[in-house]
Amino acid sequence: MKNSRKIKAAIGIFSLNVSIFLTISFLAIFLIVIFSKGFSVLSWEFISTSPRKYMTEGGIYPAIVGTFWLTLISVGFALPFGVLTAIFLTSYAKPYWLVRIVRTAINTLAGVPSIIFGLFGLTVFVNLFHFDVSLLSGALTLGILALPVIINNTEEAIRTVPNDFIEASLALGATQRQTILRVILPTAFPNILTGTIISIGRVAGETAPILFTAATFYTRQLPRSVFDEVMALPYHIYALLTEGSHAEKQVPIAYGTAVILLLLVLFVSTIAIVIRYKIRKKRKW
Amino acid sequence: MVEKKAHIKTENLNLWFDNKHVLHNVNFPVYDKKVTALIGPSGCGKSTLLRSFNRMNCLIPTCQTKGKIFLNGKNIYENGQDLTQIRAQVGMVFQRPNPFPKSIYDNIAFGLKIQGKNKNFIKEKVVQSLKDAWLWDEVQDRLNASAFSLSGGQQQRLCIARALANQPDILLLDEPTSALDPQSTAKIEELCLSLKEKVTILIVTHNIAQAGRISDYTAFMYLGELIEFGKTEQVFTVPKNKKTEAYLEGVFG
Amino acid sequence: MKMKEKIFKIITYSSSIMTIIFLLGIITSIFAEGIPIFKEVNLKDFFSSPNWHPTCFPPDFGILSLIVGSFLVTLGALIIAVPLGIGVAIYISEIAPFKVKEILKPTVELLAGIPSVVYGLFGLIFVSPLITNLLGVPIGLNIFNAALILGIMIVPIISSMSEDALSSVPKSLREASYGLGANKWETTIKIVLPAAKSGIFSSIILGFGRAVGETMVVLMVAGGAAQIPDSLFDPVRPMPATIAAEMGETAIGTPHFHALYGIAIVLFIITFVSILLIEILRKGKSIK
Repeated sequence: MKNSRKIKAAIGIFSLNVSIFLTISFLAIFLIVIFSKGFSVLSWEFISTSPRKYMTEGGIYPAIVGTFWLTLISVGFALPFGVLTAIFLTSYAKPYWLVRIVRTAINTLAGVPSIIFGLFGLTVFVNLFHFDVSLLSGALTLGILALPVIINNTEEAIRTVPNDFIEASLALGATQRQTILRVILPTAFPNILTGTIISIGRVAGETAPILFTAATFYTRQLPRSVFDEVMALPYHIYALLTEGSHAEKQVPIAYGTAVILLLLVLFVSTIAIVIRYKIRKKRKW
Repeated sequence: MVEKKAHIKTENLNLWFDNKHVLHNVNFPVYDKKVTALIGPSGCGKSTLLRSFNRMNCLIPTCQTKGKIFLNGKNIYENGQDLTQIRAQVGMVFQRPNPFPKSIYDNIAFGLKIQGKNKNFIKEKVVQSLKDAWLWDEVQDRLNASAFSLSGGQQQRLCIARALANQPDILLLDEPTSALDPQSTAKIEELCLSLKEKVTILIVTHNIAQAGRISDYTAFMYLGELIEFGKTEQVFTVPKNKKTEAYLEGVFG
Repeated sequence: MKMKEKIFKIITYSSSIMTIIFLLGIITSIFAEGIPIFKEVNLKDFFSSPNWHPTCFPPDFGILSLIVGSFLVTLGALIIAVPLGIGVAIYISEIAPFKVKEILKPTVELLAGIPSVVYGLFGLIFVSPLITNLLGVPIGLNIFNAALILGIMIVPIISSMSEDALSSVPKSLREASYGLGANKWETTIKIVLPAAKSGIFSSIILGFGRAVGETMVVLMVAGGAAQIPDSLFDPVRPMPATIAAEMGETAIGTPHFHALYGIAIVLFIITFVSILLIEILRKGKSIK
């Protein structure tokens, strides 16, 4: 009896170790393959020049620039909405039915497949608003996709602000708006920043929403206005693998692009994780 | 009896959280430039009563109040009162020191800044308040340091200075020393005695001895009712009510 | 003063309402463009016909094979990801020493952020030839490959949410169990896991929603054949892949265009139901 209990426990814990081992090795193989195949094509020229000869040669500079602008504009668009909505949910939160509806809307937005965001962008921004396939259409689509992430992170950040601070501020005669702007937001700022950085990582890697709203396969030009089509890193990987006819030349470029995208996303997420870790250590309240 | 001037008093104050009747018909005066202590066993409603003086209870959605509290002849529970103005007029210090995560200077300037006072005036007031709260000597050369760099006792004096900067008519202290060591407690008690020349003080304390040391008047509360109110000397030596006597002797607490 | 308060409040309320408007905009746009397909094909044929030939004359708009493709790939992904994800979660929450936990937790979070197109690249260029060589099947881009890649991709999603649920089980429960003489494994299986079950269940539904809606992996790896498969190693064309692959080649307003939005409606309803399930689970827990 006692032995069978011990054996069961040993088998159970062994299987947990197997699952963590399998997961880590899968992911390790994945990362090793991408990096080992991609590193060989990396060079200064690769990230600083435009593609040549129908994508079979040259660099990915326009895609880097495109991803930069898509990310910047989309997060810049979503951040004010996100922070204000989080303020509504934490500080005003009335009437109750509105809070319920807003929450359901946010949860639903967070779960809608990204391809549907792409269709929405196509219908509304590209066709209805006549922004056409452009940086603007893509960035707005991505911004709405990022909104729930930003709202949830900001709300969490605001909830970590101790009630003591809020009471002290109100007791000194501050209004609710003054308390929000001068006490709550500054105190929550580092955490809001972390959440925003995480959403940048998400947005930069999305492909499906920009398929029909912003991305173009091949252009040697950088966008001159928000109404231009753009290249983007994730779409570029997809395009290199599925279009064109020189697979043997395009696949290495795709690996190289994947490394750049991965480094970008991992770098950005690492910054966020490090900031959060530091805040937790430094926090005195 | 000539000294007894009270610009602040409660009249038939009743308060409910949901259906729970927390304060029953409380009537008492807070005399000018005196220290009044609110004592009683925990859960008797003394902190709730204190928080009624700047309507902080109104932050709790289920709270309902009936009755009046007069501040300079004006009932603060009348409809259409500007809460922020009332709270600026009434200073409050909490159980645990709660400085903002800002610099020492910005903490004290906070109340004046939100009222839109000019910079020089604020500067002057910050220095004055720090001096009044006996903190100036310790912090004058590091006003831009974080308030969290101060010790617990210093932080609580910073919170007192922050409240004083608004030039309040009354200072509410909610067990201000319960989170502090004996030395810091003694310093805050002395500070209270010196401050009463400038400002009326109402203090909630769990510590009977502390009430005896610093207050001029004492109000004893039990189960939401004001059982006894009088000069501290009288309440402590010849209490009129049996419950007061029992509490002071430590029968319940 | 009063004025500023009001204006600020109005701004926060308006932006909250914008989130509702965005959602309604999404729903309206896919329904407005999707409903017209039912003039071409009736509801029954749309769902029950396995023939998807949108560009033939006359065209066939049956999405059964696409639904089956999505279903099989998602099921396969969950078969891989659920045990692994929950195993990893239990390991991090219950077994790992503090130091290891401090490293594993952020690593898992980091992996959840890897762009899906990179997973697609891995499946398309690396895994696919491996499958044809090792298993001797003719086509490397198939259900198995897509399920494998999707499965790896959603492990971090399932494990990080499950781990939250496990960690929030109060310590006192574990101590009570140890106090009665249970060992670590018994405590985990009989006490901690049941206490966290609604959170773990939510994580599985979340993983399901992700897998069903994920586009790039199935677009690049599932093979793209609109057919009812006979084996695990047959290519399929899941719903998101169909939309992504064909939208670029259709003219606005054609039946084909509307049919793709019709698929989006189906996809939306599936994910919406899964979101509602999670909310119901969450609510049930907070009442308890």
